[in-house]
Amino acid sequence: MNAITVQQLKVIYDKQPVLQDVSFQIPSGSLTGIVGPNGAGKSTLIKAMLHLIPRKSGDIHVFDKPYAQQKHLIGYVPQRSEVDWDFPTNALDVVLMGRYRQIGFFKRAKQEEINWAKSCLDKVGMLDYANRQISQLSGGQQQRVFLARALAQNASIYFMDEPFAGVDAQTEKAIIQLMKEWKEEGKTVLVVHHDLQTVKDYFDHVLLLNKTPIQYGETQKVFTLNNLERTYGGKISFLDKTPAILQGGE
Amino acid sequence: MSYTFWIILTGCLVGLTCGIAGSLLVLRKMSMIADAISHTVLLGIVGAFFVTQSLNGIPMLIGAAVVGLLTAYLVELLSNSGVQSDASIGVVFTSLFALGVVLISFIGDQVHLDTKHALMGEIAFVPWDTLQINGESYGPVAVWMLGFSLLFNILLITLFYKQIKMSTFDPQFAALVGIPLTFIHYLLMTMVSFSTVASFNSVGAILVVAMLIVPGATAYLLSDRFLHVIILSGAVGVLSALLGYLCASFFNVSIAGSMATMTGVLFSLAFLFSPKHGIVFKKINSGYEAIKVK
Repeated sequence: MNAITVQQLKVIYDKQPVLQDVSFQIPSGSLTGIVGPNGAGKSTLIKAMLHLIPRKSGDIHVFDKPYAQQKHLIGYVPQRSEVDWDFPTNALDVVLMGRYRQIGFFKRAKQEEINWAKSCLDKVGMLDYANRQISQLSGGQQQRVFLARALAQNASIYFMDEPFAGVDAQTEKAIIQLMKEWKEEGKTVLVVHHDLQTVKDYFDHVLLLNKTPIQYGETQKVFTLNNLERTYGGKISFLDKTPAILQGGE
Repeated sequence: MSYTFWIILTGCLVGLTCGIAGSLLVLRKMSMIADAISHTVLLGIVGAFFVTQSLNGIPMLIGAAVVGLLTAYLVELLSNSGVQSDASIGVVFTSLFALGVVLISFIGDQVHLDTKHALMGEIAFVPWDTLQINGESYGPVAVWMLGFSLLFNILLITLFYKQIKMSTFDPQFAALVGIPLTFIHYLLMTMVSFSTVASFNSVGAILVVAMLIVPGATAYLLSDRFLHVIILSGAVGVLSALLGYLCASFFNVSIAGSMATMTGVLFSLAFLFSPKHGIVFKKINSGYEAIKVK
């Protein structure tokens, strides 16, 4: 069964197409890395799929139903740099935002929901920081607060936008651990990813993207030198490292 | 009730109402829209006058809300069509305000509404413009309008607290979990429009910006919690009004001007001495850190 089906997605910015002819299907329970050069439209792709930015055309289905009906199944970890971390709130409150649907439109969070949010913070090693003002957290800790919020959503499909960007080793480990757990629980995970060297280690599926999908499929089959060259065009400055990338370092 | 009492009460209500609404704008980094709406409501007031031939409270509130929302909508429209967002604010508010100024001249001497009044307000006149029902006087109209706006603000913030907070911090995530961003946005614009028009007679279009933005910016320096920023902002507004009135009566100067000046004074104090964000403590702390490193 396919968790996500994207059909003929097109996104235009300032009259320039930033994404076009995007059609692919993501099997349920897969762990997909979205990979491509800078400006390939990776973040744009997931935002368009989540209906956070306008699409010129294209349909997104989640478990064979239109996205709009299935929003409650979606969890999201945006790029850390997209919010203002000076905002006056603490870590626990941010995580509680992930329980918004369960708490209800007009209601206040019950103890049960607060406990749930705390357990999510605990899972990413952030329980001690629950009442800490978010501006006083390090970049990695802020990322883990976002992870805890996504965890609190208890979603079936997770979208993560460059979660590994600029984080410390502990946070990186927490992200990998979470992705593993989600996969074991049969959840589907999509990750915009920058570091080609770790693609083989982290993801069982790969979407090679450069304004349009170059290839999508199992990492073993798709993540080849040939396809990477097609994706990155002449810009493969990492060519000398390619063998290491393709083998994947254990 | 004495004349002085009404002036002080009006000032405090202006500070509280605008402080609460304005803090949300500061947190959303939309302070400039306050500047815009505070000017364009003039068009709403003049428009309401043309329709009803009076400067009655309720039509004025409605007119202000309509024009306030129109301002917010036009700003969105222009910036979504490729005009830079600060430029679109500049274009919209000056044009609508200018239209209001032009229309004012048609009103002539029929009522006390002129450009100077619109810009600076005159809180000293407030106690004389009372609400009359069947010949009975029920206190100044401005107090009633401010009271209504204050209740409106408090009610909406209480009802939509979570939604406002989430859409301010992380609009994309808020949209994802089903918070109606557009609805919340225009809700806030309505709050600002009401607060502005209710304060208009007292402090005018320019000084009301001080009452909207400066208390919020001050509170932001002093607190780490969303709710505290809102409450503190209202408190700073009230304190500015009280100190401003004292100052004005002591030096015999403009009351509204003194109130607005006081917001600036309180902001400066917070900017210098806030325990967490103030530059004095930052200097001391960094000096302390430097000593520790040695």
